[in-house]
Amino acid sequence: MIEVQDLTKRYGAKLAVDKVSFAVGESEILGFLGPNGAGKTTTMNILTGYLSSTDGKAMINGIDILEEPIKAKKLIGYLPEQPPLYMDMTVDEYLKFVYGLKKCKLPMRSHLNEICELVKITDVRKRVIKNLSKGYKQRVGVAQALVGNPPVLILDEPTVGLDPKQIIEIRTLIKKLGKNHTVILSSHILSEVQAVCDRIVIINRGKIVADDSSDRLVHNLSNDHKLIVRAEGNASEIKKLLSTIPDMQEVRINKENIEPGVAEIYLTAKDGCDIRRDVSKKLSSRNYPLLMMKSNELTLEEIFLKITTGDIYGHADKIEASMENKLAGK
Amino acid sequence: MLAILKRELRAYFTSPLGYVYLAIFYAFSGVFFWQFTLALNSTDMSAVFLALFVVLMVLVPLLTMRLLADDKKQKTDQLTLTAPVSLFSLVFGKFLSAYVIFVMGVIMLPIYGFIMSTMATVSWLPILGNTLGLLLLGGIFVSGGLFVSSLTENQMIAAVGSFFINFMVLLMDTLINQLPSGLFRQIFESISIYSRYTDITQGIFSLSSVIFFLSVTGIFLFLTVRVLEKKRWA
Repeated sequence: MIEVQDLTKRYGAKLAVDKVSFAVGESEILGFLGPNGAGKTTTMNILTGYLSSTDGKAMINGIDILEEPIKAKKLIGYLPEQPPLYMDMTVDEYLKFVYGLKKCKLPMRSHLNEICELVKITDVRKRVIKNLSKGYKQRVGVAQALVGNPPVLILDEPTVGLDPKQIIEIRTLIKKLGKNHTVILSSHILSEVQAVCDRIVIINRGKIVADDSSDRLVHNLSNDHKLIVRAEGNASEIKKLLSTIPDMQEVRINKENIEPGVAEIYLTAKDGCDIRRDVSKKLSSRNYPLLMMKSNELTLEEIFLKITTGDIYGHADKIEASMENKLAGK
Repeated sequence: MLAILKRELRAYFTSPLGYVYLAIFYAFSGVFFWQFTLALNSTDMSAVFLALFVVLMVLVPLLTMRLLADDKKQKTDQLTLTAPVSLFSLVFGKFLSAYVIFVMGVIMLPIYGFIMSTMATVSWLPILGNTLGLLLLGGIFVSGGLFVSSLTENQMIAAVGSFFINFMVLLMDTLINQLPSGLFRQIFESISIYSRYTDITQGIFSLSSVIFFLSVTGIFLFLTVRVLEKKRWA
């Protein structure tokens, strides 16, 4: 449905997108993941025909966006980072305008009603967009992208600025839309793309650094064998005790008195080993109350470090350092 | 195009802009009509039309300044430029919206003529010719303003820029007089908008002027399309 080949965009001396290539199939939800300034928005702007590329090709359903822009644009619904709303119009007026602008052929009243129901803005249709809350504005932005029922949806950070309840609503909506649309959505939040997308493309400094199904990617990156444990008792003795677990690779005290008398310890097991039961048993055998145990979840930054250092399966010192900084400092 | 036209027209009247423009235009045309025609016990309106040149020169930038600049600033151009419409119909829709407001102002002048005709004999040909001349001039002012608006995202700069263009149109004639006679001067004389307009107000209505005014409008619209197109190619 969408095919991107060697897409390059140069802003003066700065290379914003560097030979990006990927393809998205029909009814697939692709997550475009990357830190701010990675080139996500630029790529999406090129895909939608808003910007030109310096080099490379972007095709929507086999139609080159540069060669036949009108035909290609007909297939795309685009929600830019900042929803393109005319603040002086009411929601109804605005959607009718978009309907006219896209030269929509579907019956207007029922089509717009359906969209408003879908994104839950029916109750604000008579209100002026300027006066809507951020969440509603965002949803009107989504509604705008849906007008004309285009087969491809490109959503740039659709959940940014929403409250948790709205985020869940929008995610559910995108999942629903993904059943009969091809969706590309960008985000800098891993859990978000993980929750919604079938496939994740990770982009960093304009380059694609990973492209895989979200399950596999998250699995490869997951740190099941790394645990954070808090137990009450003497830190060095606990350390000594836990080191006796056979599958243990490393035991490290993070902080001796994280709470009064409670130590926080980082555990690394050998690859593929589940040591949680052993840890719990060992601690209770010596009467050290186990207060907390959780697997060490990776943040996006850490994933980047992992991927960019090419160390997907093992553990790099850099990651440890970054993790330590994070836990200690922030 | 129709969708853009409708939206922009509505925008003129959901903000004070359309009202302010029309109020000022009506006020000036009314004052000039009284001063140059009624107060002189005359039915000759050509002085009114001539005086309106300067008023429109300042006023029309108010109409055109936000057309494309504001879209860029509010990022609504991401909607219009990614919609399946040609750039020309986008630009032309914007142009028409401002032009319709312009026409709504100018339409008052033949109405003045009609009011006069209830009291005296009016020679309609100069009035209608002048009105047509003003409409043609408006095309240039509006398209020029639209072009400047496409270059910036700041409405103020767009307004000042198009005011500058309009002012140069007026000033060009005085500058031409400083030129030595010769080919150069001839070229400038033949592209002088102001002298062509004064010709019309004096009753010299030629086809070449009509074509000239339409061409300049066309060139500005073309340039505006190129500016938008450039974003997609550069």
